[in-house]
Amino acid sequence: MNVLRIENIQAYYQSTLYGIARNVRAVDGVSLDLHADEIYGIAGESSCGKTTLIKVMFGAVEPPLTIVGGKVLYQLDGNHIDVTQADAETLRQLRWKQVSYILQGSMSLLNPVRKIRKTFWDFTKAHEPTIESAKFEATTRGHLDRLGLPAEVLDSYPHQLSGGMKQRVAIALATIFQPKVILADEPTTALDVVVQRGVLQLLRRIQQETKNTLVIVTHDMGIHANIAHRVGIMYAGRLVEEGRVREIFGEPLHPYTRHLIQSLPAIGDKSERQGIPGAPPNLADPPPGCRFHPRCPYAKPICSIEAPQLTTIADGRRIACFLAAKENANVS
Amino acid sequence: MSHDKALLSIQNITKIYSVGGLFSRERISAVADVSLTMSAEEPEILTLAGESGSGKTTLARMVLRLVEPTSGRILYKGRNIIGIRNRKEQMEFMQDIQPIFQNPFETFNPLKELDRYLFETARNYRGREEQSIDQRIESVLNLVGLSMEEIRGRYPHELSGGQLQRVSVARALIASPLLLVADEPVSMIDASLRMSVVNLFKSLKDEHKVSIIYITHDLATAYYISDRIAIMLRGHIVEIGPVRKVLVEALHPYTRLLKESILQPHAEASWDEEITLSTMEAREFTRLGCKFAGRCDSRLPICEVSDPPITHVDEREVKCWLYVEQEKHRVVSSL
Amino acid sequence: MRSRMRVISDLYRHDPRCRFALSVIFIVVIFALLSLVSPYDPGSSYYAPPSLPPSREHPFGTNSRGQDIFWLMTFAVRNSLTFGILTAFLSRIIAIFVGLTSGYKGGIVDRIMMVINDSFVVLPVLPILILINFIMRGQMGLMELAMIMALFGWAWDARLIRSQVLSLKEREFTFTSVFSGTNTARILLSEHLPFVTPIVLSTTINNLLWAIGMEVTLAVLGLSNIGIPTIGTTIYWANQHQALISGVWWWLAAPVAISVLLFIALYLLVVGLGTYLDPRTRIQRMKGALSDERA
Repeated sequence: MNVLRIENIQAYYQSTLYGIARNVRAVDGVSLDLHADEIYGIAGESSCGKTTLIKVMFGAVEPPLTIVGGKVLYQLDGNHIDVTQADAETLRQLRWKQVSYILQGSMSLLNPVRKIRKTFWDFTKAHEPTIESAKFEATTRGHLDRLGLPAEVLDSYPHQLSGGMKQRVAIALATIFQPKVILADEPTTALDVVVQRGVLQLLRRIQQETKNTLVIVTHDMGIHANIAHRVGIMYAGRLVEEGRVREIFGEPLHPYTRHLIQSLPAIGDKSERQGIPGAPPNLADPPPGCRFHPRCPYAKPICSIEAPQLTTIADGRRIACFLAAKENANVS
Repeated sequence: MSHDKALLSIQNITKIYSVGGLFSRERISAVADVSLTMSAEEPEILTLAGESGSGKTTLARMVLRLVEPTSGRILYKGRNIIGIRNRKEQMEFMQDIQPIFQNPFETFNPLKELDRYLFETARNYRGREEQSIDQRIESVLNLVGLSMEEIRGRYPHELSGGQLQRVSVARALIASPLLLVADEPVSMIDASLRMSVVNLFKSLKDEHKVSIIYITHDLATAYYISDRIAIMLRGHIVEIGPVRKVLVEALHPYTRLLKESILQPHAEASWDEEITLSTMEAREFTRLGCKFAGRCDSRLPICEVSDPPITHVDEREVKCWLYVEQEKHRVVSSL
Repeated sequence: MRSRMRVISDLYRHDPRCRFALSVIFIVVIFALLSLVSPYDPGSSYYAPPSLPPSREHPFGTNSRGQDIFWLMTFAVRNSLTFGILTAFLSRIIAIFVGLTSGYKGGIVDRIMMVINDSFVVLPVLPILILINFIMRGQMGLMELAMIMALFGWAWDARLIRSQVLSLKEREFTFTSVFSGTNTARILLSEHLPFVTPIVLSTTINNLLWAIGMEVTLAVLGLSNIGIPTIGTTIYWANQHQALISGVWWWLAAPVAISVLLFIALYLLVVGLGTYLDPRTRIQRMKGALSDERA
């Protein structure tokens, strides 16, 4: 069952400064479906458009970010909401109760001069204006308890908590209304490896208990391998491969995905690894055709002329590559 | 190893910071009585690994003389670098030891062209061979896989993180240093560009005989390029030894925890055990006894009370009561 | 030089506030330069019929002393501008030197300099200037006044520059420069000064405004050398001759209008320049220019 359908979204950053116009094509034609009860990972490096995609999914589109085309359709409890067309009030109803957002550096989400309890109160009151403080206290404590967070957190200021604790508080905030969709943008980037494990376990447990949809955006392939059910790889504003995690890591088909996974070193193995030559393209001026072609060892003439479409080559497996599509066509 | 043969000898280095307000000041040991030696005979890559707050960056900054230690000595080729005041000695020191910083976009002034740094460095330091400034710069750029044409007149924002970091390495190499201190040099670079910079460090040691102190929290890349690795926790080195030993057959419980928490990018991998995170991690700093005791599954009574000594076990040095003979026997006999 | 022209042309084309400001300033400067071709000597008087309203022959009219106000104002503006620029320039030099050195060196040097600095900050400028002027009894020329004003004008901005340097000192590119073997003076000039420039420029113009304003204040109170024609002394003389009451309002209107226009223009220029020179937008512009070139 589809919870979210993204149809050919194009979102660009458009600005003019001192007569110089900039048009950064951050998300350039992305289509994907999110199912209920799954963890979907969005992988990719910096400036691949993944953070912009999340912003679009959350409806946080403000100039200079503009949606130039496409649709973002939520299907929740029988309601269909198109984020690109919705008005501010509908979006407000949607946000936090149905769809919540854990940002990169959630530390900054917490007001440094207020106790955590007050932040929770503000959030709760904003979305449930009629709640009374006794009920709020009970609900919040119960929620924190379920998440394994000590109740003393409520009486603390943000600076008294460690980075990992703050992130877990941010997760608690994001899940207090049991939303159907949680969007997490680099939820563990600034955290230590041990704390990261704890935070990711927490997210996984929440998803398993509430059976909602969790979208994790991160460049760390290790996180996807360990947590996600399905993963979509983005490169230069486009989705280049998508499939179940086991299959993608077991047999990556897109040259970019393949190189990315194979270049990562692992403990116990000192054999040589190679990076990918070149650099991710400038999204204000991307290369024609397939955006990966300047760095692709298998590039053919057609790759610089025509952009490959994201096609389904097997059940649950999509790929945007002339070479891979042809190979699989031959195999099947 | 005798100190004459040592390139760098860090002896009982401690750095204490006072934090807190007017009424409650706490003294935190960012680096606590750390000793470490790097040989002058064989170049090596030594990794300082640990999480944030482990003291690895503070230790590196003390080696680079960007921070002054509270106590202890750092001997470079037998001379204590801590008291250096005059410019001549400072320049001699910097000729041999150069830094690579974490954020390539901060390493260079965004308003200045990159080649100006290269020319400046070349003018200020003698090279080891007879070469013109242009030749020296071109040769280091080639070494890192770049050329003067690509860099000339360019500003930092025109290059990718990977390229910038390579320029940073090139700049450091112009002085022909013997030791590079690299603070998380690839953590801010995209995954697809990372390995080329990591491989560059490897070749610097293998082919150009440059020793490297490599600081990271990423144990996978540490395994890939290091010879020795030191695991740091709250200012202490808890385990140090050859990388194959330390990471594959971890002795210290903290090393084991770090290893297990690593996310391997394989589909089969996944942790089974849930770990419990400590609530106020900062409290670990002020613990008596072993800093890890609060989280350690194998803790002994003495761990809460007394700081463990360093013992030599199986090619490594470990700071843990579990490996101190008398303690082990005491535990066994009490069972 | 070419990049500086580019700055001005960029500002002119794209920022409407700067367009206005630059145009006004241009006009005022031309106006001041006209003094070089003035047919009348500002020291002489009663060479024209007194108290005439503005006409074709006397565009700003004439005052009660029989002087053509238009040509008189050209000298006034020229003197006021020169005075202001001189003061601003001198105080900038002191401020930059103190701010950069104090911020970078830190320690005892910083402490000593800041004690001196703060002493100057708290000094009440106007009473002291009045006192000095009393003592000098109108013997002081504009040059001397400029130098004294410069001594009062550097302290505030030195602190601003110092705090910029304090934060720049900790940034990694400073360390890169240190390890490149660069000495302190060069680090301050080539690494830190480009960041400090926006502050310096905006404080320069602020200082200019302050200096001219001070001069007008002193002159209006009759405390400066009233023989030298400046915007302030013109107002002084107009008041002395009760210009408003006797209906010679254009005598007062000319200097007031010019100074108001000048102040507004300079202020707008500061604001526009500030945005333009902010390192963040500078980088944006550089990036944008690049894609321009490639496309």
